[in-house]
Amino acid sequence: MGGIPLFPEAASSFASEVDALYLFIVAVSAFFTVAISAAVVFFAFRYRRRHPEEIGAHIEGSLPLELLWSIIPTIIAMVMFAWGAKLYYEMRRAPAESLQIYAVGKQWMWKFQHTGGQREINELHVPVGRPIKVLVTSEDVLHDLYFPSFRTKIDAIPGRYQPLWFEATKPGRYHIFCAEYCGTKHSGMIGTVIVMEPQQYQDWLAGGGSEGTMAERGAKLFNDLACNTCHLDSGQGRGPSLKDIVGKQVELAGGQTAIVDEGYLRESILNSQAKIVKGFTPLMPTFQGLVSEEGLAALIEHIKSLSPQAAASAPAPVPAAAPSTSTPAAPAQGARR
Amino acid sequence: METPVYPAHNYLTNGHGLKSWLLTKDHKRIAILYLISISAFFFLGGLFAVGIRLELTTPQGDLFQPDTYNKFFTLHGVIMVFFFLIPSVPAVLGNFLIPPMIGAKDLAFPRINLLSWYIYVVGGIFTLFAIVAGGVDTGWTFYTPYSAASSSTNVVPTALGVFISGFSSILTGLNFIVTIHRMRAPGLHWFKLPLFVWAHYATSLIQVLGTPVVAITIVMVFAERAFGFGIFDPQRGGDPVLFQHLFWFYSHPAVYIMILPALGVISEIVSTFSRKRIFGYSFVAFSSLAIAVFGFIVWAHHMFVAGITVYAAMVFSFLSFSVAIPSAVKVFNWSATLHRGSLSFEAPMLYVYGFFGLFLIGGLTGLFLATLGTDIHLHDTYFVVAHFHYIMVGGAIMGYLGGVHFWWPKMIGRMYSEFWSRISAILVFVGFNLTFFPQFVLGYMGMPRRYHMYPDEFQVLNVLSSGGAAVLGLGYLLPVIYLLYSLKYGEVAGNNPWGASGLEWRTQSPPLTENFLEVPTDIPEAYEYTPKVVREAKLV
Repeated sequence: MGGIPLFPEAASSFASEVDALYLFIVAVSAFFTVAISAAVVFFAFRYRRRHPEEIGAHIEGSLPLELLWSIIPTIIAMVMFAWGAKLYYEMRRAPAESLQIYAVGKQWMWKFQHTGGQREINELHVPVGRPIKVLVTSEDVLHDLYFPSFRTKIDAIPGRYQPLWFEATKPGRYHIFCAEYCGTKHSGMIGTVIVMEPQQYQDWLAGGGSEGTMAERGAKLFNDLACNTCHLDSGQGRGPSLKDIVGKQVELAGGQTAIVDEGYLRESILNSQAKIVKGFTPLMPTFQGLVSEEGLAALIEHIKSLSPQAAASAPAPVPAAAPSTSTPAAPAQGARR
Repeated sequence: METPVYPAHNYLTNGHGLKSWLLTKDHKRIAILYLISISAFFFLGGLFAVGIRLELTTPQGDLFQPDTYNKFFTLHGVIMVFFFLIPSVPAVLGNFLIPPMIGAKDLAFPRINLLSWYIYVVGGIFTLFAIVAGGVDTGWTFYTPYSAASSSTNVVPTALGVFISGFSSILTGLNFIVTIHRMRAPGLHWFKLPLFVWAHYATSLIQVLGTPVVAITIVMVFAERAFGFGIFDPQRGGDPVLFQHLFWFYSHPAVYIMILPALGVISEIVSTFSRKRIFGYSFVAFSSLAIAVFGFIVWAHHMFVAGITVYAAMVFSFLSFSVAIPSAVKVFNWSATLHRGSLSFEAPMLYVYGFFGLFLIGGLTGLFLATLGTDIHLHDTYFVVAHFHYIMVGGAIMGYLGGVHFWWPKMIGRMYSEFWSRISAILVFVGFNLTFFPQFVLGYMGMPRRYHMYPDEFQVLNVLSSGGAAVLGLGYLLPVIYLLYSLKYGEVAGNNPWGASGLEWRTQSPPLTENFLEVPTDIPEAYEYTPKVVREAKLV
């Protein structure tokens, strides 16, 4: 095509499969559009009225035809459904070894936090060839973190984490858009994702902030907010021990169970009465309004760092001050799953 | 062939002056009141679209302030959806035609029918007030928490306007259901009914069952905004996504409120202009009901990236495909009807041919959005904008305009310019495709909807789209001129200028206030075309 591009850059591991599925549906649609248009245009000439008193043939209908044109489209639709569902399933399940990044949408900017402590606004640096999981939330209204070149997006919803993952396949700079209308400067809530070679990415990390890793900042907050007075490691405190809980199942007071993940930790900090661990009294106050989204993410990273086994399956956070000479871990873990 | 004479006594001459219109209980006059009011809203909504398309000719967002632009697309959506598309075919054509089609003198509840028009007007006034007071910027979808907590614009009057006009829709639906059940002429059993009536029956079910849900939802937003209830506020244990479930539970079926009556119109026109029974009558009739029922269980396909679980998404994707099948069945049956027909191509049929093209593309592009793997990329991009305009404008408005051109001689008793009506049908088709086809490409390229500014690479397609909109606008303005002109100067139409078989064509044009002097008794099969029908039509 000359001047008008038809596809955005394909820069993630999903992009070519989404494009293939898209082209499949385009082909099916084009076939039916052309076939039916050709038929009705042909009929327009073939059966045009030749005499003012002419009438059409008396035809009631045809059961075999009705079945044919119900069943064939159903079969084609099921192929689309199955293909689309399989792809969606993959796109919604981040591999365990993903590098984790936190994203917060706010009128009208995107704030990103790396576990190593680096923070960015409207720019996101990621390494090529390594799965990246972004936990997305919002400080105010709905937003939507959209990477057209990666063919993926997720709504940023206040009050919860929504996961999105991708694996960039091509170094370069690509659009970040907000796709969910969020007020005045919705169309200004755009940014750039910078996909880098692993070595460059390591260099970039090394030049990052000096406030310590997210887990370190979280540990400090954990003391400042006096979480440590109840959540003793020994398990003898008023709150349950937070050691080695991430990724495990806990029994709740009501008899249900819950898996401890970022969403559960988030809820337990902000809406502390929602799920009480069995054997504990609901004493904990809510920290709603006392801790920012960034602080919350840091606290969660700190709690995750108390579960070394769970962390072992994920890559260790890279400290902000890591020497740039350290061997990049990325290429070795680059393979998906 | 005799020259027809314009009847001295008809519903238009029965009473003069404004009062005779504003206090009328005649379904035909109420239909005319609706025709005037929805046309006014259509052109107002169109004016906002002009603003949108002008702004988007350049990437910078340099014509209007961002807030102004946001109000433009919000008001365009609110007005077009709630004050034009939802009432369009049912309130104008359904109101006018259902009684004569079933051999009745009026709808079951004439006073309620007039009340529903007044309710619609009051709802419209609230919305107009919101515009005059400074507009509203939430998007027609009113998503929380933006609408409940963040927007500083006139959300409450607009929402009240939508809430109030909903009752108009409920009452019209109720009136149609009772009328179709109770008022059919003796011998006119269900399977002799025109498919237009079937389509309106299915639509009415959605109106009666679905509209209360959006009313409740709007009350919740109102309560949240005015009294701080916290239903949608996560800080107080609420859930912003709950709003989307409630909103789409109505607003997805509402798409079928907009399109189903238009599909009914298409059946009537296809049959008349091919002088042939609709192929597979009962399949077309039941597909309307199937669409109405399936329409209620697909709402979460608007929410595939809004935090529903993977398995919920799969269920809703699957169900969304199921609603595509009855729509496809209709298209196949109409196409088959043309086979071995006696086809002629006056303006109504040209609109139907345009409809075929646009509804096909609109329906098929729905598959990209029902498919989970592609929807993640396409959700909230211009692809979605293009898709629903192909359905709602391409489908519903082509059907509506086709219907207005088809029944205008019946409603007014006079013919409009054949030449200009054909030109307008062609302009609408060409202009529409120029406007909206580029938006599919923009969407796949990744341009999000509701963007005031955009990156430079999207400009060429946006300019194409704006150029097409100018052609489309011309196509919509032309009918206003030649239809108004025909009121006075049009040739007298006669009872049945198209040689159609429906009962409504047996009475004079324009009809008497009572529609028929005697209740019709010799009810034919639906769409029965014999040489006699055609000969009689031409001679009367």
